[in-house]
Amino acid sequence: MVTDTQLKEKGMQAVFMLSACISIIAVALICFFMFANGVPAMIKIGVGKFLSGVVWRPNNEIFGILPMILGSIYVTFLSLVLGIPTGVLTAVFMARFCPKTLYKFIKPAIDLLAGIPSVVYGFFALMVIVPLIRFVFGGSGTSLLAASIILGIMILPTIIGVSESALRAVPETYYEASLALGATHERSVFFVLLPAAKSGISAGIILGIGRAIGETMAVIMVAGNQAAMPRGLLKGLRTMTANIVLEMGYAADLHREVLIATAVVLFVFILIINISFSLIRRKMFK
Amino acid sequence: MNGTSKFLRSIVVGAAVFTLSILVFIVAYIVIKGVPHLSLSLFSAKYTTDNVSLFPALINTITITALSLLIAVPLGGGAAIYLVEYSKKGNRFVSLVRITAETLSGIPSIVYGLFGYLLFVTSLSWRFSLIAGSFTLAIMILPVIMRTTEEALLAVSDTFREGSFALGAGKLRTVFKIVLPSAVPGISAGIILSIGRIVGETAALIYTAGTVAQIPENLFGSGRTLSVHLFALWNEGMNVEQSYATAVILLVIVAGLNALSASAAKRMSST
Repeated sequence: MVTDTQLKEKGMQAVFMLSACISIIAVALICFFMFANGVPAMIKIGVGKFLSGVVWRPNNEIFGILPMILGSIYVTFLSLVLGIPTGVLTAVFMARFCPKTLYKFIKPAIDLLAGIPSVVYGFFALMVIVPLIRFVFGGSGTSLLAASIILGIMILPTIIGVSESALRAVPETYYEASLALGATHERSVFFVLLPAAKSGISAGIILGIGRAIGETMAVIMVAGNQAAMPRGLLKGLRTMTANIVLEMGYAADLHREVLIATAVVLFVFILIINISFSLIRRKMFK
Repeated sequence: MNGTSKFLRSIVVGAAVFTLSILVFIVAYIVIKGVPHLSLSLFSAKYTTDNVSLFPALINTITITALSLLIAVPLGGGAAIYLVEYSKKGNRFVSLVRITAETLSGIPSIVYGLFGYLLFVTSLSWRFSLIAGSFTLAIMILPVIMRTTEEALLAVSDTFREGSFALGAGKLRTVFKIVLPSAVPGISAGIILSIGRIVGETAALIYTAGTVAQIPENLFGSGRTLSVHLFALWNEGMNVEQSYATAVILLVIVAGLNALSASAAKRMSST
């Protein structure tokens, strides 16, 4: 015989299980809608032509997104060049050099850095970094450099957070053994702890890559957004994300589908990054 | 201390000082430039081209935040309860849930925006509306809610559960009366984190909730949030003063949320 309570127990368990399905359903839906709307356009243009075409002229139905793919890669790469050293060293400071009293102030500060909306970063970059570049190097200021600097700042909290926990996860005995062998505090941290935390730190960097390549608003405001092959550090360029936001508002038919196809390319990039992140993290926990 | 050690110490301290100075500079710059432009007229009920009021955007932000949480918190919370309290370890289904949740948290917001546009705005023909934006953001914050709730539930000691069972309570009663109440601080820290993400979101909203600068009559009308407002002001290419003011308001909200979340987390560790 089934009592009321048993029914309620079973019923609620089913409800909880259904809620757990939501993330699976959501990912399936996102994949379905992106691929179903983007892939046909890619095939129509020709996948090779679409991915390697260097001309983007929607009015003439010429859709090559190589400039945007390269734009995204350049901006991401340069932001990492700026963000990784600063981020990892700051993480080292927080994990191993920071006095406890100071830590109480620095930790919330890093959290705040993570919480500032990307439009606010973009606006700040527009008002400060762009004029600065214009002043120092001439030109318009909206450039690969401006976008990379603000992105480098934006990925700091991600890199710092993951690297710090990776450093803290290294067994204390490593550090003590190094001290016992006569190494200084600094040398022990850099030549024993840092190598031991290597895979955790690379996981943080990969997460940073994901953030940088997917960032839209800050980049759009300062990168100049010329839909042409990137021509230099001080010249403007357009990323995949910017391409979508700038043109989605008025695009129709094939043009619209091509923009969704751009998002599919971005999505595939992100999936590859996500998979490598989980692989590295699994290796770390082994 | 030899030369190498001195050098290493100086670059570490230098990097930390650099990171902090950037933060201080950004915050100080926005506050100093923005606060003088905070005027009462910015908070008038209607947005006009003469008076670029941010009040409608503020109300829309609150509406979208509330609605997204209303959708995501029960779902994400239920999912976390299932993972922690009901599922068996190493189960295929559980690992699939975890992998997909991880995938969700890595998807960039512009992809969410396009997805929301394709599903809610066009397929379900909700058009640009607060409700389309809220559903999109609900999916976006789902992994955050799930992860933080899961951590909060895991932090509740098993002795609580065993005590409850020993007193004859069933599983459901134990979950709702014993486990969830003890996990409240942790869960609320996660919710606050999600509010921060919603308030700061732009790319996922432009093509779902739209950019109309008024308070819509109902949830099926389009309206811009504060972040979208700041972006739209840039897009329209004027109103720098109002942009500064909007940036200040956003900064204040985010800083306030961070402080709240930190205090909630502290309460969790003290229990």
